Amino acid sequence: MAQTRPGAGGRIIKWIDYRLPFVGMLQHELYEYPTPRNLSYWWNFGSLSGIMLVVMIVTGVFLAMQYTPHADYAFDSVERIMRDVDYGWMLRYAHMNGASMFFALVYIHLFRGLYYGSYKQPRELLWILGVIILILMIMTAFMGYVLPWGQMSYWAATVITNLFSAIPVIGQGIVTFLWGGFTVGNPTLNRFYALHYLLPFIILAVVLLHLIALHRFGSNNPLGIDMRGPQDTLPFHPYFTIKDLFGLAVFLLIYSYFIFYAPNFLGNADNYIPANPMQTPNHIVPEWYLLPYYAILRSVPNKLLGVILAFGSIFLLFIVPWLDTSPVRSARFRPVYKWVFWLLVIDVAALGWVGANPPEGLVVTVGQIATLYYFVHFLILFPLIGKLERPRPLPASIATAVLQSGGEARLRGTGAPMAKS
Amino acid sequence: MADLVQHNITGGHPGETRRDFLILTATAIGAVGVAATIWPFIDSLNPARDTLALSTTELDLAPVQLGQRLTVAWRGKPIFIDHRTPEEIKAAEDVNLSDLRDPQPDSARVKKTEWLVIIGVCTHLGCIPLGQKTGDDRGPYGGWFCPCHGSIYDTSGRIRQGPAPANLVVPPYEFTGDTTIKIG
Repeated sequence: MAQTRPGAGGRIIKWIDYRLPFVGMLQHELYEYPTPRNLSYWWNFGSLSGIMLVVMIVTGVFLAMQYTPHADYAFDSVERIMRDVDYGWMLRYAHMNGASMFFALVYIHLFRGLYYGSYKQPRELLWILGVIILILMIMTAFMGYVLPWGQMSYWAATVITNLFSAIPVIGQGIVTFLWGGFTVGNPTLNRFYALHYLLPFIILAVVLLHLIALHRFGSNNPLGIDMRGPQDTLPFHPYFTIKDLFGLAVFLLIYSYFIFYAPNFLGNADNYIPANPMQTPNHIVPEWYLLPYYAILRSVPNKLLGVILAFGSIFLLFIVPWLDTSPVRSARFRPVYKWVFWLLVIDVAALGWVGANPPEGLVVTVGQIATLYYFVHFLILFPLIGKLERPRPLPASIATAVLQSGGEARLRGTGAPMAKS
Repeated sequence: MADLVQHNITGGHPGETRRDFLILTATAIGAVGVAATIWPFIDSLNPARDTLALSTTELDLAPVQLGQRLTVAWRGKPIFIDHRTPEEIKAAEDVNLSDLRDPQPDSARVKKTEWLVIIGVCTHLGCIPLGQKTGDDRGPYGGWFCPCHGSIYDTSGRIRQGPAPANLVVPPYEFTGDTTIKIG
């Protein structure tokens, strides 16, 4: 497969690779890389997220060339990008909606991991690196949202930085330190801009570690059983490059729909009003991808406890590999967990709905129940179900399971697809 | 073996060598050096001197009518000044302190009873409560109402209902004349 052809080009590549073994590494990791042959489309979301990170960095770098990080000019410079800069509107809408798309992809990727037990031994660090990426993404998105210096930008910055004032004794000092002043102001905007530019590159580095950890044992798969030999795998190229590309095409259709037909659907109209430090908008909501955390924060009547639980809801993900006591990875073979998983999906969606609505009446009750369930799910149900549930028998190997579903006759053809490559 | 014996002679206790001491001191000095290098970077994020310099606001209260509320900026934050009516003062003074989440008598929050001066920033997450403009929702205690998460303050700016943990903060200020004050 893919031998370097003799010829000038090949010789140059060989010369370089002998001194800098990079081409060979790419060849190994992206071309031959043995991948479980039964991956479904749920396994597209990792590579899609990676592509989205690149899109965000590229659009972001070009926006940075037009943006002015100063409290007096930031809002106007964003409007100038929208009105006067050639294709500025497209770059900004691609960046703005790109953040939403990036989170949507990562959340699906995360729930995929939860359903198929992708965090279990030996992929615990892979999972933890993923959670670190999520936290870095949240920080980056929050600071990016502040940059246009609209009303929502300003008050989101105020409310979120004020979360740290819940820390006893030193809280207010920390908040003043974060602001670099006595309110959110120009120093705050400047440092947020610097960090918003820096963090994506740190994310890129963590993504690289995420990939190294992934390639150590390879992808998990819908059956959740290990690859035991060439009959269970396909080379990454062309089988999964083409599958990922098809997924990318579908994703780009959805992404483009938002950019070109509903660019402000996911945003908040109040952010087109310039920041006014003397007037709070009547109804403050974060972007949709942060609503569940916001709902948890509001559902607790105690300020400090609310802050602890909102942060805790993310940090909880770090210990998921150890909370789940079941030895079986895939929910396909876990008759109880299979259903309980969907309760979590509904629960998070309910928290999103609660976060989007003013805290009155039913919203408060639903918020408190959903917050309670979120923690019960991970801290009580996860360990308990793993212990009590009787998993269904696992197939002998990926190959037998895949070929059985395709008809008994094809069982003999084990390993045949490899011959094609 | 000979080496070990020799090291033990130079060190104080058995098992410790001069090398242990060198590693320990070198690490300690290194850690101090790293901390001293990091500090300027951290400290540069604190409020700068020009930000600190904007820290007092002076004004004349004479034009503020009885019952009128005025908002001025101090350190970029709104300061609520309330020329309280006798009924509002009485309501603030008559409260049973045990009913309060952050118990404070009205007398501890004012310098002259008819003038309430407070920082108009909700102690929950920093929104600006409503109640300064005529027609604003002042909440059931006639003070201020924060639209973000529903905190309700009374005519002394004390927290009565909602998620905020503390009363609206009284800024440092002094009366420089009968009706002139200096905030900060």
